[in-house]
This record gives sequence, structure tokens and C-alpha cells, in this order.
Amino acid sequence: MFRAEAAYDSGDFMLNLIWVLMIVLSIICSIVTGRADELSRAVGAGAEKAIQLIISMAGVMCFWSGIMKIAEKSGLTDIIAKLLSPVLGRLMPVYKNNAGVMRAVSANVTANILGLGNAATPLGIIAMKEMRKTDPHSEVPDDSMIMFVLLNTASLQIIPATAAALRQAAGSSAPYDILPFVWMASGAALCVGIASAKLMSFICGKKRALRG
Amino acid sequence: MLEASGFFDILTSLLSPVCEAVGIPAPVVPLGLMRPVTGSGSFAILNGILEKYGADSVISRIASVMSGSTETTFYAITVYYGAIGLKKTRYTLPAATAADLTGMLSAVMLIKLFTDH
Repeated sequence: MFRAEAAYDSGDFMLNLIWVLMIVLSIICSIVTGRADELSRAVGAGAEKAIQLIISMAGVMCFWSGIMKIAEKSGLTDIIAKLLSPVLGRLMPVYKNNAGVMRAVSANVTANILGLGNAATPLGIIAMKEMRKTDPHSEVPDDSMIMFVLLNTASLQIIPATAAALRQAAGSSAPYDILPFVWMASGAALCVGIASAKLMSFICGKKRALRG
Repeated sequence: MLEASGFFDILTSLLSPVCEAVGIPAPVVPLGLMRPVTGSGSFAILNGILEKYGADSVISRIASVMSGSTETTFYAITVYYGAIGLKKTRYTLPAATAADLTGMLSAVMLIKLFTDH
């Protein structure tokens, strides 16, 4: 019983620990390297950026929720969801039959593939909210939720716009010739991410079975 | 905060010898360390590398592919789980880190594979 709970708890502990560690390390390092005033400036700048982010996210969320509603009414999201369902259904079996979730997930995945990162994030949040509806009081994400977050952090972009733009500005003769490499590297990252997630969920399932 | 305190500089100088031995060029080490943590910081590093080594050099290509093949992991995890009020993440972090590491190591290996003569 304790082992399975430890598996659940360790994720939470890890993230909090990382944040605390980051802050403590920053403070120690800044004293060692003599950059303490840079650090305090960074704290202020960081706080300011956080507030700016919250405000802009609120606006962007409103916009994309509206777009989702329009897309839903026109049946567009159903079409996309049907196209993606064989793959997404296998990756996220928990929500396979939940149309609302799959529509939002498909929209987010499409936005990611098209390279519209700024659209993908609010759409992703909408998807997370839909998933949350099925179990509003759970304290931990289920395996499919984790898979979804993973799909977003290791996303497959067709066009790495920012990197290419920087290359062009620096005078590259062919800024987009790194494209196949980016595809391969992202693809590899995605495969490893999916594989390790499936492995972990399998292990957690075994632990739960042993407990029960 | 981590960036301003010089933490990444210290970490880079510690890890560089090991990475060089394995074939990872030293200048991309800070990029690899920072990419999962901050998007703007890592693009600043990319810019620095592009300017210093020229846009088409092997190092710049590795750096560009690294930047394009992963996302800002910590930010994404925090936003998605935060939006629904979940504080526990179970195995999200290890799996995402494994994915990021793969992306970066593949970036180095692929570029070297296809451009070394």
C-alpha cells in the first residue's frame, strides 16, 4: 500500500522540490559569483512577467474558447477528431470514448503540428478542463492526462519557426535545411516520451494490482 | 533567477569536460540545460551561438535543431496542471525529461552523422 502511494506522492514531491532547489541554488550561486544584485533584478522581472502572462492568458483563453465553440458547431472538430482517433485513442485510452475530450485534444494536437504554439496552449487547457470534468476531485492525473501533457512538451512541429528565423537573421544560406533533423530529433523525443509513459503506467498498474 | 545567479555558468563549466569527451560540443551544453526551463533564455543562447560560430557551422546547426525539437518542459507542465488545480504530477517529469534528453542527444548525433566527412 505504501509503495503505490509513494509512486503517486513522489511526483508531487519532485516538482515542489525542484522549485525550492532552484530558488536556493540561485541565491547561493549569486553570492558565490558576486551577482546578487542581478538576482534581485531578475526576481522583480520574473514577477512582472508572471503577471503579464496571467493577463494575456486570460484574454487569449477567451478568444480560443470562442473559436472552439464555433468549430464545434460547424462540425469541424468532429471531423478532425475522427481522423486522429486511431492514434489518439491508443495513446489516451481512458478518454477514448469521451467525445468532448477527444475533440479538444484533437484541436490541440492539430495546432501543435501546424506550429501554432500560441493557439495550442489555450486549446490544451480546454482539453485538460474537459478531462477534469470526469473526475473533479482526484488529486492525481490519470495516465491519459499525463500522456497528453507529454505530447505537448515533446511536440512535433512541422516548422520550427523561431529557430529558423534566428538562423536567417544570423545570415544562414539555408535556414530551413535543418528541418529533417528537427523532425527526426522531435520524433525520437516523442517516441521515447510515449514509450516511457506507457512503461510507467504499466508499472503503476502492476503496483496497484499488487496492492489490491 | 537561476540564469541571473550564474548557476548555469557553473553547471556548464562542470559538465563541459564530460560532454566534450562524449562528442557534445561545449557551447551547446548551456542550451541543453536551459531549454526545458526557459524558452526566451534558450533562444538568447542560440542567438549567441549563431553569432559567434556563424549560422551554418556544425555547432550552430546542432544548437538550432536542439532548440526546435523540444519545448519548455517546466513551463508546459506547470501551466497544464495548474490550469486544473493539480499539484501532483506522478511520472510526468521523468518521462518528459527522458524525452527532452533524447531530443537533444539525437540533435547532436544526427548533425554529426550527416555532416562529418
